[in-house]
Amino acid sequence: MNSTPAVDIKGITKRFGDVVAVDNIDLEIADGEFFAMLGPSGCGKTTTLRMIAGLDFPTTGSLKIFGEEVGTLPPNKRPVNTVFQNYALFPHLNVIDNVAFGLRMQGVAKAGARKQAVEMIELVHLGGLENRKASQMSGGQQQRVALARALVNHPKVLLLDEPLGALDLKLRQEMQGELKRLQKELGISFVFVTHDQEEALTMSDRIAVMDEGKLLQVAKPEEIYERPANRFVADFIGQTNLLDGTVEDASTVCLANGARVRAKSSFPVGEKVAVSLRPERAQIAQRDDAVDGGSAVDGVVESVTYLGNARVYGIKLDWMDLEVREENRPGATLHEPGSQVTIAWDSEAVSVVAG
Amino acid sequence: MTVVEALLSQEPDEREATPEFEAAAARQESRRGFLMALPAYAYLVLFFAVPLIIVIVYSFATRNRFGGTDLSGWNLDSYAKLGEPIVRDILFRSVWLALLTTIICLVIAYPFAYFLSTRSPAIRNVMLVFVMIPFWTNFLVRNYAWRVILGNDGPFTRTTEALGLGEQELLFSQTAVVLGLVYGYLPFMILPLYAAVERIDHGLLEASRDLYASGYQSFRRVLLPLSMPGVIAGSILVFVPSLGAYVTPEILGGAKTTLLGSYIVTQFLTARNWPFGASLSFVLMAIMLVTTIIYFRKGGRTL
Ligand SMILES: Nc1ncnc2c1ncn2[C@@H]1O[C@H](COP(=O)(O)OP(=O)(O)O)[C@@H](O)[C@H]1O
Ligand SMILES: [Mg+2]
Repeated sequence: MNSTPAVDIKGITKRFGDVVAVDNIDLEIADGEFFAMLGPSGCGKTTTLRMIAGLDFPTTGSLKIFGEEVGTLPPNKRPVNTVFQNYALFPHLNVIDNVAFGLRMQGVAKAGARKQAVEMIELVHLGGLENRKASQMSGGQQQRVALARALVNHPKVLLLDEPLGALDLKLRQEMQGELKRLQKELGISFVFVTHDQEEALTMSDRIAVMDEGKLLQVAKPEEIYERPANRFVADFIGQTNLLDGTVEDASTVCLANGARVRAKSSFPVGEKVAVSLRPERAQIAQRDDAVDGGSAVDGVVESVTYLGNARVYGIKLDWMDLEVREENRPGATLHEPGSQVTIAWDSEAVSVVAG
Repeated sequence: MTVVEALLSQEPDEREATPEFEAAAARQESRRGFLMALPAYAYLVLFFAVPLIIVIVYSFATRNRFGGTDLSGWNLDSYAKLGEPIVRDILFRSVWLALLTTIICLVIAYPFAYFLSTRSPAIRNVMLVFVMIPFWTNFLVRNYAWRVILGNDGPFTRTTEALGLGEQELLFSQTAVVLGLVYGYLPFMILPLYAAVERIDHGLLEASRDLYASGYQSFRRVLLPLSMPGVIAGSILVFVPSLGAYVTPEILGGAKTTLLGSYIVTQFLTARNWPFGASLSFVLMAIMLVTTIIYFRKGGRTL
């Protein structure tokens, strides 16, 4: 592995007229890393990817690929390839010519380019479909062609813009595994844009969370989930309950209803914060079977949603609503709507975010 | 599927789909299609097929001593005349000038159509109106305007003189004819080209650039092949009328640059050799038809 970052972004801003699509971000993507960029629609993910590809140029800032400043280098001069959101397969070419396109443009002779293309088509399990037109293929197949068309060029960095967004769930899960396998096999960096937090969590070495053009947190999936940098990240990654309160001391937060709960934080005393309580980290108990050791609040069961592998309870507190998830284990106690319950959690199970 | 197609396709679904039913539906569909196309068929037969047959019949007839045409003594004399040097020259010149006009139109129109397709919708509409404005003035008048512009002591010669290039005489030359033809038929190239280029997903060009294509390769390997339908339609729309052009060569071309259109008119009106005029017309039509077919075939393969 190379210690020079594959992609090194310093202070990049991109404006379209008055719109600030990307707002002063710093980002280092290591060689061989599976890097996800996560954020809601319109947060600047595509724009960031396009700047790495050279399809858009930064308004200000520095962008290096393996140490080389590429600021305004055209896309055909960069050692990166893209799998586009809508695949962008050439409709006038068949599969093999689509895949061989990049090699042909780099001056590889026709026979050699086709040979490599065929190998790559085999690798993405499309053998036998070489002569199909893109329009004659299913979404999943087109996705594989797009992948083969990019990978055949042996890019040093592969950029993928929501590549699985258009696929149905089953196919998406299959492709997630396959992408991960390919990335390991090839040992190159994948920069993977998605708005699906679960996809980002399961696939990536590191995740960058963006919102409104700003980079909110860059960290490993566990860290993003366990220690979200702020309220937005906590809410965006996975499900969570955000209980508003103020910091009382380093290990106590006073909730909006006056209840004191144990939660470690480094915020100054008196700071307005939110305690992020994941639905699966809370336990439900009948009101009288109090759980000791942690923190607890009282509430009433309002709804039960059956998910098959779990049940999600909607709990009404005096001052807000909570969601609590319980695995559907044999012998799990059922709580009927209307039951008086106590919601308890371990103080290690929550995180405190600015709020 | 459009809404209309969806609505149409719903109807049969509700009945039982047996092979007999399908066949009956297909028959009914084709009968309905035929009825709807009937006025167009009638028009084509009446104003195209019938006159064409008359022209062909006349081309085999004999010119009598008084300049009339005898519909008897069928022969190939008027076709033999096509091989005469003067006729051959006119044929070649006409084809050459029509070809030149088509190529020049293509070279001017393509970048313009591409530029147009990258503008905002509002700007596109304004510019498309500009393209069509010349149509609001009579074609004849516009050709005479060029005569004034290019003529003796017109703006053109005065400009060349002012630039110290001497008195350049452009009127009554092949250049003037091509200029007039390009001017007259350019919109017929721009409109189908624009329609074709505008439909192309810009993302495909970006994808090609991402796949190491230079700007030119991106044009050559992606934009051009995908806009071929427009190139073909535009070229035919320019080439065909240029080949048979009569008004523009008459007004802007000199006596030395007789083209097919004028020559045919001469045969009918001045020389009173209807069979020869008819054979020329037929050959002109054949050239147009053959070029069109070849072009479509060739284009069809790259699409
Ligand atoms: N070519 C453009 N012109 C103007 N605004 C743009 C352009 N491209 C993107 N934007 C704006 O920049 C912001 C970020 O867009 P984008 O990067 O596509 O978001 P994402 O991919 O995260 O959904 C959006 O507000 C979008 O409207
Ligand atoms: Mg996007």
